[in-house]
Amino acid sequence: MIDMLELTRLPDEDEALRDAIREFLRETVDTLPPDVRARSWMGFDAGFSRELARRGWLGLTLPVEFGGAGKGPFARFVLSEELLGAGAPVSAHWIADRQSGPLILKYGTQDQKRFYLPRICRAEAFFCIGMSEPDSGSDLASIRTRAVRTGTGWTLNGSKIWTTNAHRSHYMIALVRTSGESADRHKGLSQVIVDLSLPGLTVRPIRDIAGDAHFSEVFFDNVVLPPDALIGIEGDGWNQVNAELAFERSGPERVYSSIVLLEGWLAHCRAQGQAGQQYAAPLGRIVTWLAVLRAMSISVTAKLARGESPAIEATLVKDLGTEVEQMIPRVLGDILGASPDVPVSASLRRTLAYLEQMAPSFSLRGGTREILRGIIARGLGLR
Amino acid sequence: MDDMFTDAFERLLGQIAAPAAVRAVDGGASAEAMWDGIEESGFLDALVPEAAVGAGLTLAQAFPLLFAAGRHVLPVPFGQTMLARAWLDAAGVASPPGPIAIAGFGVKRQDGAWLARDVSFGRTSRWVLASTDTDCVLLPVASAQAQHGDVPGGLGATLCWPARPGEAMDVAMPSAEGAAGLAELDAVCHAVLIAGAADRVLAMTLDYAGQRTQFGKHIGRFQAVQNQISIMAEHTWAARMAAQLACSSAGWLPRPLGAALGKSRCAEAAPVIADIGHAVHGAMGITNEFDLQLYTRRLREWRLAAGSESYWAGVVGEALLRDTRHGALSFIRSQFSMEQA
Repeated sequence: MIDMLELTRLPDEDEALRDAIREFLRETVDTLPPDVRARSWMGFDAGFSRELARRGWLGLTLPVEFGGAGKGPFARFVLSEELLGAGAPVSAHWIADRQSGPLILKYGTQDQKRFYLPRICRAEAFFCIGMSEPDSGSDLASIRTRAVRTGTGWTLNGSKIWTTNAHRSHYMIALVRTSGESADRHKGLSQVIVDLSLPGLTVRPIRDIAGDAHFSEVFFDNVVLPPDALIGIEGDGWNQVNAELAFERSGPERVYSSIVLLEGWLAHCRAQGQAGQQYAAPLGRIVTWLAVLRAMSISVTAKLARGESPAIEATLVKDLGTEVEQMIPRVLGDILGASPDVPVSASLRRTLAYLEQMAPSFSLRGGTREILRGIIARGLGLR
Repeated sequence: MDDMFTDAFERLLGQIAAPAAVRAVDGGASAEAMWDGIEESGFLDALVPEAAVGAGLTLAQAFPLLFAAGRHVLPVPFGQTMLARAWLDAAGVASPPGPIAIAGFGVKRQDGAWLARDVSFGRTSRWVLASTDTDCVLLPVASAQAQHGDVPGGLGATLCWPARPGEAMDVAMPSAEGAAGLAELDAVCHAVLIAGAADRVLAMTLDYAGQRTQFGKHIGRFQAVQNQISIMAEHTWAARMAAQLACSSAGWLPRPLGAALGKSRCAEAAPVIADIGHAVHGAMGITNEFDLQLYTRRLREWRLAAGSESYWAGVVGEALLRDTRHGALSFIRSQFSMEQA
């Protein structure tokens, strides 16, 4: 069965981080137009990531000896909530900070930790995650990209697709086959760290429907990897990938993707004075969803802080979280169009249009809704 | 909340509120014996301060008890009586024995008569604690003309007193300006009841999906069914968290917006959970004989009772529109974080 989620209070020492972050965001992010802020963790700004690093806000949970702040998951929750709530362009460092850093800390050799972690903390090493392939989306275990051991390391061949930020990152952690065939499924998969500047590697950005190019296709043509490209245990890649998912799926980024639009609409309602009161119920409904999901996300964070791996609970939060992320533009599109005589600012309309276009991706990225529900069903003992 | 305490209450409910007993009360039988068992257990004074010989629990500590009452669809107002006793104690009024329902939306005067409409648990209560225009009043159900049976098997009643009854007791409003009133107290109770009943409906549905066989396999093996049950599980978990937020209070009195949030989110989840429960159970769930209906009927009744999701969402939304110091997210943080114990 799935674990009970206990209501949890964020520790005061972690809450104390909030003011300094808020102060910084007021100067750097609040002035950006809302449709830019609506891109949130898809918004890429390497300079902004370096500014965060200078203030010690990257690698918050990594040990001090590797350049991190040695704090726990609650501190990271507070930081993430402030960044995402403001719509800060955090994409450059987001994956390294959320996933790659903790993965390297958990499975890496001492040398790998010493090399990568301080660079992540200084915003000098941006990471992407190579999972999907042209013929392997939700069926991830069918991947065919292969790393073959040579006398001096590995040779990598194949391709990845839909890789967020591959064209502007320094490294990829790729899930590849190191033994067996596609029919062997989870067996024989491993994770390797690929330096994206290596010869034989081609990255082709893919433009999305909102006009941005945040993901890419990556081709590996006899790319020569050093022996220490392997991260963790050879053949254990599937388990390692799944251990990451609790980090990836339960955070505020699965709840707040439409928050900038909600804030913009709230201001729009308030500007209408008394007439704005008619939207109290739909506004309140969205707030109840968000508040409950926030409490659930904090509760999953508490499990992470206790060293548990709440993969199924995180899956539940993600599926429900992306539902409210998609509900917000859908509901607001109707409401804003229901009063044709009330002018809607161009920036609010652009923010709505951006989220309407991109919202379907919220329940694709990080595991599709259909896959997640299968995982929940397994947690409930149905499969 | 001590687990042993909760376990003892669960055991008691297992004895006195088994499905057959609930079914009997739904059918019109007296709930007095059931109530006596609860009264004797001492749990009803859980929220009354220790100085007044209660257990002095906070509402957050009492959450598992309220949740257990929901899981067993206890047909008497356990949570309401618990809160009413704390309310009466704070107002300096000695609590009478017997179940107390709460008429959160008040008693209205009409041509000299006193009218409390659609009082949830009105049918199985001896008293009703109701707000009036200025204060509140504790009214005896026995002297009212009661109209129930509007909804078959329902526990609600519309109560009308031709004149102020002699046994009525005036109760000063013990809570401060801006604090939770009786409407919020009743809302919290129903929120947790929904969360508890939802938990039971999910468990029954999982059982059934793991037993019923069609096309040569358990129906729970079909993706379409798994998809439905996963949605149900998500809403069940959300309702439980919403109910915990509603009870998150360092005292016995709920925080007013927490109560609003809890009732709104649980009420929204209730029909989703009931509908999927029935979808999975097929025609069997529609039969009177099968117990599923005891829980799903209550989910729907409790959704409407004490204000539905849109009513309480409106309360939350109005508070946010008014509070211009906050945007949406900072409002959520300030109002709906766990209360410091």
